[in-house]
Amino acid sequence: MFGRFAALREVTASFDDGRLYAIFGDNGAGKSTLLRVICGLARPSSGKVTLLGSSDLRSVLGGVGYMAHAPLLYDEMTGLENLHYFAGLYRPVDDDKLRDAIRTVGLDPGLTRYVGQYSQGMKQRLSLARATLNDPKVLLLDEPFSNLDPQSAKAMSRLLGEMRDAGRTILVVTHQSVHVAGIADESFWMSAGKIVDRQPGIRAAESAVRS
Amino acid sequence: MKTAFIVFSLIVFALLTNGLYQALVAAPTEATMGDVQRIFYYHVPSAWTAFLCFIANFVASIIYLAKRNQKLDAFAFASAEVGVVFCTVVLLTGPIWARPVWGIWWTWDARLTSTLVLWLIYVSYLVLRRYATGGQTATIAAALAVFGFIDVVFVYMAIRWFRTQHPQPVVGGGQGSGLHPAMLHALLMNFLAFAMYAGLLLWLRYKLERTSHLVEEAHAARAIAGDAR
Amino acid sequence: MLFFALLVVVIFSFSFEPTSEEAQRISGGLMWVAFLFAAVVALNQTWARELRNQVLDAYRVSPAPGWSLFLAKTIGNFLFVMVLECLMAPLFVVFYNLRSVGPESMLALSAVLGTWALVVNGTFFAAMSLRTRAREIMLPLLLFPISIPALLAMVSATTATLTGDSSPTLALEFLAVYDLVFTIVCLLLFDTVLHAE
Repeated sequence: MFGRFAALREVTASFDDGRLYAIFGDNGAGKSTLLRVICGLARPSSGKVTLLGSSDLRSVLGGVGYMAHAPLLYDEMTGLENLHYFAGLYRPVDDDKLRDAIRTVGLDPGLTRYVGQYSQGMKQRLSLARATLNDPKVLLLDEPFSNLDPQSAKAMSRLLGEMRDAGRTILVVTHQSVHVAGIADESFWMSAGKIVDRQPGIRAAESAVRS
Repeated sequence: MKTAFIVFSLIVFALLTNGLYQALVAAPTEATMGDVQRIFYYHVPSAWTAFLCFIANFVASIIYLAKRNQKLDAFAFASAEVGVVFCTVVLLTGPIWARPVWGIWWTWDARLTSTLVLWLIYVSYLVLRRYATGGQTATIAAALAVFGFIDVVFVYMAIRWFRTQHPQPVVGGGQGSGLHPAMLHALLMNFLAFAMYAGLLLWLRYKLERTSHLVEEAHAARAIAGDAR
Repeated sequence: MLFFALLVVVIFSFSFEPTSEEAQRISGGLMWVAFLFAAVVALNQTWARELRNQVLDAYRVSPAPGWSLFLAKTIGNFLFVMVLECLMAPLFVVFYNLRSVGPESMLALSAVLGTWALVVNGTFFAAMSLRTRAREIMLPLLLFPISIPALLAMVSATTATLTGDSSPTLALEFLAVYDLVFTIVCLLLFDTVLHAE
């Protein structure tokens, strides 16, 4: 609940390991809120969340990666510095791994520009790198493809597929079904705070069920 | 519950009336200050009552942080408000008393000064309540309440130690220094009356706050069930 | 920020006649009020960078304990405000022709303890005000009443040292206890406030 607005209503869902789930829906359908509730950023007014086998979300956060609309990065540091800093929140850090992570998302680890000067697309990609820093078993991505040009989006899509193949569980909230078309194991549709449909793979025509 | 409330109200009324009688009639007139001194019977009990309310607020806030029970939050809010009311009474009766007796509006004696700071702390609590956004107002307010109450100890000590630069008028013979038994009686009767009255107000305010919570919950339930947005 | 600190000292010098005998006695109080204002301006910026890109979410989703973030921010604020004071204090000495009767080390100690008192609660309340409207007024509004005992002690210690009228020891011990108690309270409660959304 946000004031008198119910962002999520009676949502019951379970997600299996090692699969990639795509979550579609209109704006305001509650997709972002769902992700936030799952990783503990938002507290449900009623109900329970079990993540990685535990109801105590804080204890399992070491295995979770979250990417939001906002970049969750410091404008005042370079890309590598940002990753170094946030990686340090989890465990001691190896700069080489960080450089690899940056390269994996298609950026240059030697970039000395501050993140504040990055383009939206670059921030997006670095944000994904930040979310994967701690080798998470579960990845929660909120609109990772927004602001990306088609080529980068394809690259990211491939990357997500690889991560899923490596055994990670990935939840992707997106408006653009085309990017997850090849990689999604299952898709959900949400509307007005509820899950209204659930399908294996992707329905080609994104005629989202509106109710 | 209604009957209990009415009975309680009647008792409070009786106590307050008795208190008034004790303060204005039964208690002897003070030697040096005259009848003005009778404000003492409102000034001091209000202070004690306010303090009781703030203790209640502290306890409720601490337990709220542990249990997150909405009722505790309502109680904390109510007790802070009632406490501030009585605290205001103390701060208003102080000058009213001081002016005719000592010719000054304000005395920086330890107790009055501490009460001022106490008032500031809990008014800031109420302001936080009003200006907080988001669903976790109760939690943040509870945290502030903990700070505030712990601070009170420091306030009393600091004022006692670091503010005694000049001799101050002794506020009432009520420092245990030979208070006439009839005066003590009036004092205690009024304290009882005020404390009961505070309890009554608290009860009312608590109910009000709970009702407001329940309305919100009803709206939430409706929103979830899918009516209006 | 440094220039602002300078301005504050100058304004005070204009408002409170520095040449009188009184000046020596109230200079302790004046200095601390000036420090307080400068500190508030600095404290209001504590979480500005985190807010810009919702960085706090990243902290909340990590297993890192809240109190470590708090301590880091507090120490940062502390150092920054100490720097401001190192600028402002000499200015006060110059404008008010202050001479310290007591040992300067006591002045330094009261500055350190007093600043920590303001900064530890200030950083905490700055985080609290993130969850309110009128954010920038909320910080001083919450900070001032709670800091009154510390302020009394700081001023007492500083004035006692400057004028040599009494011993600052009691005030300094008081400040030390205040600092200890409130640091512990802040560390314990910060997680709660960080996660309250």
